[in-house]
Amino acid sequence: MSGHDHDHHNEDNGVSRRKVLECMTWASTGVLWTISGGVPRSLGIVGSAAAAEPAGMTFLQISDSHVGFDKPANPNAIGTLEEAINQVRGIPAKPSFMIHTGDITHLSKAKEFDDADRIISQAKLDVHYVPGEHDIIDEEVKLYKERYGKGTKGAGWYSFDAGGVHFIGLVNVVDLKGGGLGNLGNDQLEWLENDLKGRSKSTPIVLFAHIPLWTVYPQWGWGTEDGGRALEYVKGFGSVTVLNGHIHQVMQKVEGNVTFHTARSTAFPQPAPGSAPSPGPMKVEDAKLRSMLGVASINFKQGTERLAIIDTPLQG
Amino acid sequence: MSTISRRDFGIAAVATMLLPVSAARADDTAIHIDNFVFEPAKLDIKTGTTVTWTNRDDIPHTVVCAGKFRSKTMDTDDSFSFTFTAPGEYKYFCSLHPHMTGSIKVG
Repeated sequence: MSGHDHDHHNEDNGVSRRKVLECMTWASTGVLWTISGGVPRSLGIVGSAAAAEPAGMTFLQISDSHVGFDKPANPNAIGTLEEAINQVRGIPAKPSFMIHTGDITHLSKAKEFDDADRIISQAKLDVHYVPGEHDIIDEEVKLYKERYGKGTKGAGWYSFDAGGVHFIGLVNVVDLKGGGLGNLGNDQLEWLENDLKGRSKSTPIVLFAHIPLWTVYPQWGWGTEDGGRALEYVKGFGSVTVLNGHIHQVMQKVEGNVTFHTARSTAFPQPAPGSAPSPGPMKVEDAKLRSMLGVASINFKQGTERLAIIDTPLQG
Repeated sequence: MSTISRRDFGIAAVATMLLPVSAARADDTAIHIDNFVFEPAKLDIKTGTTVTWTNRDDIPHTVVCAGKFRSKTMDTDDSFSFTFTAPGEYKYFCSLHPHMTGSIKVG
């Protein structure tokens, strides 16, 4: 245990930087971010950035594949998931593994889980899942846990280590309260506190969960009621990365040593907060759809605390 | 088709036993889900009224009132009905999108 305290970054600076970040992530199809000591630097648009040689460990994030979705916003969500997995297969340096931040299926049907498995397994990577609210709506609420819950606690939370990084998969889609947001619950938070106890503060931490752990837009339920408690527990760590899905668009925020990032969906885009009457699927021109879907690649360079997130759209 | 008419018949039969004959169907009420909103979100009804929620979004929703009723997941155009047999205030929400809330006053 280290007693080292990490200074908070200049708040004014942080706020204006955050504004720039939000504008950029909404305006462009893919930006490479390098985070060094909690300070983000944009290295440019994905096309050029992807060419840069990644060193260290790289893992991928895919999210919100909604297998089974067939509405106008994307009548072929299976097809775009296949395209995403083909893109993953085409990455020259094989990533270490993949995380899926939930909403694997649209309606938790066995066939949807089967189809998702069949396609995602083509990536030939280990995949670490957390459930989205769409994965736990089968009548007996058992399919997700049967398939992905082995070795997990509670509703499916767990942690593991890879490449010197401690990964923690959290579940914030269970036992939601009327009028509230995403929910972790006491049991999970206690487990999290214990899981982090005694760990060296220099261990990079990655928290991943379906609904954003930070409050993105409460009017649409985009946040986690007790997410703040989880963030308290990781406060002292030098490098914390929070990866979420659910909102079907790239969004990023940095607070102190914590970087928050949400991934695109592979199925359909959702509107920017408050820009539409509801967070429902956003119908865009067919030609534009693939520029709003995609996967994220995250690279850790051991020793330098550098973390780079590359969001790559399926097209564009 | 036959399921629907049988159910309607059942409600009518119960109503006939408990209430004046004319009270049954005229008060039955619909709530629509559009754009992640229950419409109307607030409702005053008489005891014995059946309320039917219909999901018109491209995203599934549920209707849950703790300890009182809980719908299955409703995909697009699916419906759920509940007959309110006891007076009181019923607050309900969508268990998938808990910011969606509504309330029904039964008198």
